[in-house]
Amino acid sequence: MSDTLIKTIFGRLSWESFPIHEPILVGTFAVVAIGGGAVLAALTYFKLWGYLWKEWFTSVDHKKIGIMYMVLGIVMLLRGFADALMMRAQQSMAFGANEGFLPAHHYDQVFTAHGVIMIFFVAMPFVTGLMNYVVPLQIGARDVSFPFLNNFSFWMTTAGAMIVMASLFVGEFARTGWLAMAPLSGLDYSPDVGVDYYVWALQVAGVGTLLSGVNLIATIVKMRAPGMTLMKMPVFTWTALATNILIVAAFPVLTAVLAMLSLDRYVGTHFFTNTGGGNPMMYVNMIWIWGHPEVYILILPAFGVFSEVTSTFSSKRLFGYTSMVYAILVITILAYLVWLHHFFTMGSGASVNSFFGITTMIISIPTGAKIFNWLFTMYRGRVRFELPMMWTVAFMLTFVIGGMTGVLLAVPPADFVLHNSLFLVAHFHNVIIGGVLFGMFAGINYWWPKAFGFKLDPFWGKISFWSWVIGFWVAFTPLYILGLMGVTRRLRHFDDPSLQIWFVVAAVGAVIVAIGIAAFLMQIFVSIRDRNSDRLRDFTGDPWGGRTLEWATSSPPPAYNFAFTPVIHDLDAWYDMKNRKADRPTSGFRDIHMPRNTGAGVVLAGLSMVFALAMIWYIWWLAGLAFVGLLGAAIVHTFNYDRDYHIPAEEVTAVEDQRTAALAAHPQLAGA
Amino acid sequence: MATDTLTLPPGADAPAFWDTDPHEHPSGGSTMLGFWLYLMSDCLIFAMLFAAWGVYGSSYAGGPDPKELFDLKLVAVNTAMLLFSSLTYGFAMIATDEGKKAQAQGWLAATGLFGLCFLAIELYEFSHLIHEGAGPWRSAFLSSFFTLVGTHGLHVTFGLIWLVVLMVQVAQRGLVPENVRRLQCLSLFWHFLDVIWIGVFTFVYLLGVLR
Repeated sequence: MSDTLIKTIFGRLSWESFPIHEPILVGTFAVVAIGGGAVLAALTYFKLWGYLWKEWFTSVDHKKIGIMYMVLGIVMLLRGFADALMMRAQQSMAFGANEGFLPAHHYDQVFTAHGVIMIFFVAMPFVTGLMNYVVPLQIGARDVSFPFLNNFSFWMTTAGAMIVMASLFVGEFARTGWLAMAPLSGLDYSPDVGVDYYVWALQVAGVGTLLSGVNLIATIVKMRAPGMTLMKMPVFTWTALATNILIVAAFPVLTAVLAMLSLDRYVGTHFFTNTGGGNPMMYVNMIWIWGHPEVYILILPAFGVFSEVTSTFSSKRLFGYTSMVYAILVITILAYLVWLHHFFTMGSGASVNSFFGITTMIISIPTGAKIFNWLFTMYRGRVRFELPMMWTVAFMLTFVIGGMTGVLLAVPPADFVLHNSLFLVAHFHNVIIGGVLFGMFAGINYWWPKAFGFKLDPFWGKISFWSWVIGFWVAFTPLYILGLMGVTRRLRHFDDPSLQIWFVVAAVGAVIVAIGIAAFLMQIFVSIRDRNSDRLRDFTGDPWGGRTLEWATSSPPPAYNFAFTPVIHDLDAWYDMKNRKADRPTSGFRDIHMPRNTGAGVVLAGLSMVFALAMIWYIWWLAGLAFVGLLGAAIVHTFNYDRDYHIPAEEVTAVEDQRTAALAAHPQLAGA
Repeated sequence: MATDTLTLPPGADAPAFWDTDPHEHPSGGSTMLGFWLYLMSDCLIFAMLFAAWGVYGSSYAGGPDPKELFDLKLVAVNTAMLLFSSLTYGFAMIATDEGKKAQAQGWLAATGLFGLCFLAIELYEFSHLIHEGAGPWRSAFLSSFFTLVGTHGLHVTFGLIWLVVLMVQVAQRGLVPENVRRLQCLSLFWHFLDVIWIGVFTFVYLLGVLR
């Protein structure tokens, strides 16, 4: 075959695209291939494909989609953390004559992939998963506003994750850092497929994130149960509303800036180039106009989790609910007024830098108010130190310190010294691990019994907890110190041997965190194994003495959530029901109108992934085909008018009778 | 109990905690809100493209400037096409509200024709510019021009595809509630594109020539 023909068929793809000369990648591929092969074989052997397809992949049930998001987050956490371990190992050994084990070309991909995966494919799926699962239950709804769109959003996020994973074995990932700053990410300096993988993975996943944002806002605004005024909405739902407003108002900016970057790379435009009138600082500005709200997108739902957990485990109404709501809204607005603090060193002048420095410091006021609200909720409460509460207390201690180093960085002159140093790296890990990740672990431990009908094992949970908390501090305290000493981020090799001890300590910390992750997986395994034991099984649907509506349902809740719509009279609606002995209706059930499952989401996301991969590799015929297929599949889907069905009243009655029997045998915790 | 404010006074009746009256929720109650939210997110994409135009609008890199390139008479005709298409879509919605299917289809077809004319003129303008050596790769000014105007044109293209699909669906099933809802969404989309175009016409073409 002629060269042109091969180029037309395969684009940039050739045998050299497969990294068979890199032993680390070949080893990883072998592990992934063998492990993945074993999972696929097991699924086939146990004939689970039909079950997965019918009950999960095509499901439009917000609960199942929420759980799938969490699974995606956990799987990608393993990948992202493997990258972290490699970086810690490299930096702890690469001193003087020792070059370490990662060549520069590979190391740069590792730190980029670590950041991209942890933010977009770990933190985001965790946050979206929790919101998906909990919000409709908390507001007394049967599903989200657009159930099919919800399924489609999940699969787009998954497609994005798969595109990043593909870059591990075919071609390479970006070597630019997690925000792909221009002009480094332009065609002149990054001619390979790496940045294209980055751009298309985020564009595909971004569609999913944006649509799930639209979906959840509409759900919260339109589908609250009667009586639930805005100021009677649970705090987690409030934070979900604020987060999704931020998503809808921030992600289009990312879409636009990445589109311009790809035009620079594909068409040869001059947005962010050094030549032709382009301006790389425009990229930096625009990406942070998305990027700063993004960190609040991640942290606000974690704040929501802590609010629910603190109030439940202190057996008290949340202190300062109104101030909590206003704090959330103030943070939402201020999130858009601080982006420039990420690049004070751009040189925009004293007045601009002061403005952004001050707005940044102001954010610590509503955040501090929240911390005090949680403390006052605990004050004179009957605090139960179950796992979710332990994560919450660890969060308060860790996050306050991370917040203070943030205020320190908000002072422009200090930032000129600390910009892009390891101090900054330690700061944002301090707030993202200590805030978002601790929040997600609190949330997982808190709502797991709701989702599956049994609690998570506390023994392994505590090992995971202590390993995470101790490991975090051992890993990142040295980075604070190194940063103050002037060490910059993303370095692969060091000359000064006196620095090595700090990196060794940090590597030890990373290993302790690895134990924490292993213990977390063990905790899930042990809990599933012992799910029918008395110590874990939850018959009541309300194992913690909860206060919000999700605890009014059985664990796990039926597909329709509530047989009858609850009526809300108080902020702590479920506590109110228990307190006033509200009888659960046990008869008179009717048919329930529900959305029907559909495979359209999987098909559309799959075609989007093919389109993206074809664009990355310049396989134009396939890109064209996939795009036409995408358009066609979307149009075909609109011709399907038969999108719902009714759960017959007999079935509802049978399910509710079971619940009645379970409650009779196992009395619920009273007001706790 | 530290802050237990929920205990009822003795003798007070507990209110209803469950809504047991039978009633159906009409489906699609959130659609218009959801579509509005989507449009606002789309609006932000255009906001970024306008911001890029604001920054790059005079970065000619030694190349041609708006005065040499823009043919305002052609753009005026083009603007008229889009404004007329919005007007005809408005008539289509009035006919839809009155349940006049044939009339609605007629106005939708007219909307599609005006939209097609708009796109044809835009494509002619683009090919003309590229032919003159003023393609998007010539300078940052032209990069932002082509991206902003082209993104709008791409939206109009998808709007047209959507319009055709909807006309088929209205022909098949008539003005059923699902189709009316879809027509309302497309209506929002179409008028939204009109508003964006007014911004393009003002800031890109008129002020561009004045620059």
